[in-house]
Amino acid sequence: MSSPASSRNHSSQDQQPTHTSMGLIAFAWALVGVPLAYGLYNAVKAASALFGG
Amino acid sequence: MAVPSFLARERIVARPGFNRWLIPPAALAVHLCIGQAYATSVYKTALVEHFDSSLTAIGIIFSIAIVMLGLSAAVFGTWVDKNGPRAAMFTSAVFWVSGFLVGSLGIYTEQLWLLYLGYGFLGGIGLGIGYISPVSTLIKWFPDRPGLATGMAIMGFGGGALIASPLSRQLMNIYDPGYDGTAGTVPSGNAVALLFLTLGLVYLVFMMFGAFLVRVPAPDWRPDGFDPASVKKKALVTMENVSANNAIKTPQFWLLWTVLFCNVTAGIGILEQAAPMIQDFFRENGTSAVAAATAAGFVGLLSLFNMGGRFVWSSTSDYIGRKPIYMVYLGVGIVLYIVLATLGSTATWIFVVTAAIIISFYGGGFATVPAYLRDLFGTYQVGAIHGRLLTAWAAAGIAGPLIINGVLDARGTPGELVAGDYRPALFIMVALLGVGFVANLLIKPVAEKWWEPRATDVPTDAAPAERSTVR
Repeated sequence: MSSPASSRNHSSQDQQPTHTSMGLIAFAWALVGVPLAYGLYNAVKAASALFGG
Repeated sequence: MAVPSFLARERIVARPGFNRWLIPPAALAVHLCIGQAYATSVYKTALVEHFDSSLTAIGIIFSIAIVMLGLSAAVFGTWVDKNGPRAAMFTSAVFWVSGFLVGSLGIYTEQLWLLYLGYGFLGGIGLGIGYISPVSTLIKWFPDRPGLATGMAIMGFGGGALIASPLSRQLMNIYDPGYDGTAGTVPSGNAVALLFLTLGLVYLVFMMFGAFLVRVPAPDWRPDGFDPASVKKKALVTMENVSANNAIKTPQFWLLWTVLFCNVTAGIGILEQAAPMIQDFFRENGTSAVAAATAAGFVGLLSLFNMGGRFVWSSTSDYIGRKPIYMVYLGVGIVLYIVLATLGSTATWIFVVTAAIIISFYGGGFATVPAYLRDLFGTYQVGAIHGRLLTAWAAAGIAGPLIINGVLDARGTPGELVAGDYRPALFIMVALLGVGFVANLLIKPVAEKWWEPRATDVPTDAAPAERSTVR
């Protein structure tokens, strides 16, 4: 169980601010987005057989 | 159980200015990997031939994995909440990847028990810990949109199978050029062993990426412009916290368990039988009007709706509320199952559209439940509570196939069944959805006696006051 004191640890006001670069965000999303797009493409291709494609 | 300091929760508290949109890809990196569990059918036949075994004996591998998923999520949920997402994702990766490596060795040395131990037992533990690992973190980073956040992660579990199926076929084609992925060709056992080795290594990289990217918000962090009081105004949403041990003593937990069990059982009824079902529904004089390739396309379409439903419906629940969205899943689900049972065989489009929406509700039910738990029990130990709730999934994984297979076995022989043979099973699903609908209606706010004392919002009981190594 947390004590009130421990819940105040690491308050954001105690820390130096940081900046997340847009490049890192784009890289992270690309890393998961590209395989997902590959999977979606293949699923749509398979599903197209249902509509005579 | 202590964890090495580089994995500890207090090491990953985000500094002010950290962008929360890095958290969903971290969660997806794990869920996209463990979602492979739903792509095992691509090498099932190869394993049957390699081990000169039966479908049942090979199917046990998957069953062990799902049972271990439910058990490990329930048992390790509190550990996950206490030690944070990095420790959980790291541990999940170690178990999941070990499962593939041991499994690969089992296939290579033709020892089936190693596959049970590897992919089934070790991999199943990785599945359970991995599945719940990012959930409470996402809810804390997105207090304004918890449904959207958990929908994104749990959508990844559905997406994992979409990736692993074609990827596995392509890799097995490389390792065994005699296999081209078409019906009638079966990859060699060694190709499957190499596939396991490759997937294990790829998943290791991806899951570690997620583990080292993830951060937890500081206790006093709030999104810009977010007023917690605005959340409190919604029905059923609490600002209080309930521990996992107390949550399972409340009727709300067991009502929600029933809701999830009924929704998943009904969905599995279709998913389990998708390909033969569409052929059987349009069978006349012993011949189906639906070709095998078209049936495979139907399975692909269901996968898309399963994944899409997780994101779309869970996000929608942020606007209309968790209880109303489950009324849609279960209430509209009842209507759709009745349409499927009575009109499903009259036109292909009616069958396809009805089944696709039902499966989107199945996925939506999975993705929305963490946010429902957060509404009822707060964020304190929501991961652990979610882990315990997932035993409903394990139970549904047994009940769903038992119902559909039991009815169909009693009605005739596979390959000769027609639409009418499915009706008893479909009406059982209607009754189950009815039970789930009533259970959802009965859910009320959790009684005050279960609330934790204030200031238990973040389970940082292991965090010493002097630590300041935040990133």
